[in-house]
Amino acid sequence: MAPLRILYFAWLRERLGRGGEDLLLPEGVSTVGALIAWLQARDDAYRAAFANPGLVRAAVNQVFARPETPVHAGDEVAFFPPVTGG
Amino acid sequence: MGLVRVQAADFDPGLALAELQAAAPTAGGIGSFIGVVRSDARRPIESLTLEHYPGMTEVALADIAAQAEQRFGLLACTVIHRFGRLLPGERIVFVGAAASHRAAALEATGFLIDWLKTAAPFWKKERRPGGAESWVEALAADDSAAAKWR
Repeated sequence: MAPLRILYFAWLRERLGRGGEDLLLPEGVSTVGALIAWLQARDDAYRAAFANPGLVRAAVNQVFARPETPVHAGDEVAFFPPVTGG
Repeated sequence: MGLVRVQAADFDPGLALAELQAAAPTAGGIGSFIGVVRSDARRPIESLTLEHYPGMTEVALADIAAQAEQRFGLLACTVIHRFGRLLPGERIVFVGAAASHRAAALEATGFLIDWLKTAAPFWKKERRPGGAESWVEALAADDSAAAKWR
């Protein structure tokens, strides 16, 4: 099974100390929301980083996503704060 | 077809406008906006660092440009966005829209920058005099500016 590629940007990257990671799609995880819950259960750094859902946005395969957006093996899932370009 | 560039280097606004006009030889009006790194007495900063999501950024900007072209019947449009460390007074972003008439060109220019601010994956980090750094928080005003185009 192809791994899931996870990317972190801006303060999420800094707080987690990594720009990304590859992992096998955890059993029972089929949506962005479930993936966040799974990551939060990992350790305190993840729990804190994702603690306020209003401060974290996601994209699946480079398209903005919502908690109910499906996640499959091989997908690229990115987490980041609300954007501030322009 | 919109021209989209994501680059660390500065851009020449005159050249960008000339290229836009060349891409739309029948245009009757060209609108443009340039975003600049601001540092003033109210909020002095030493530098601004822009991070982005390579890959998604280009796709998101091309989508924004395509939406503007379709919605306003543009003949051409341009989006140039920089990333990396920028100093006060440096240009961050250029958007330009070429149309048959001025109303579409001006409205599309506003749409492009309002939409870009909420739909392109860029993040700004400010460095203040003294060295303290912080990530810029998204403004509700930016969301409502984009929402008026919905």
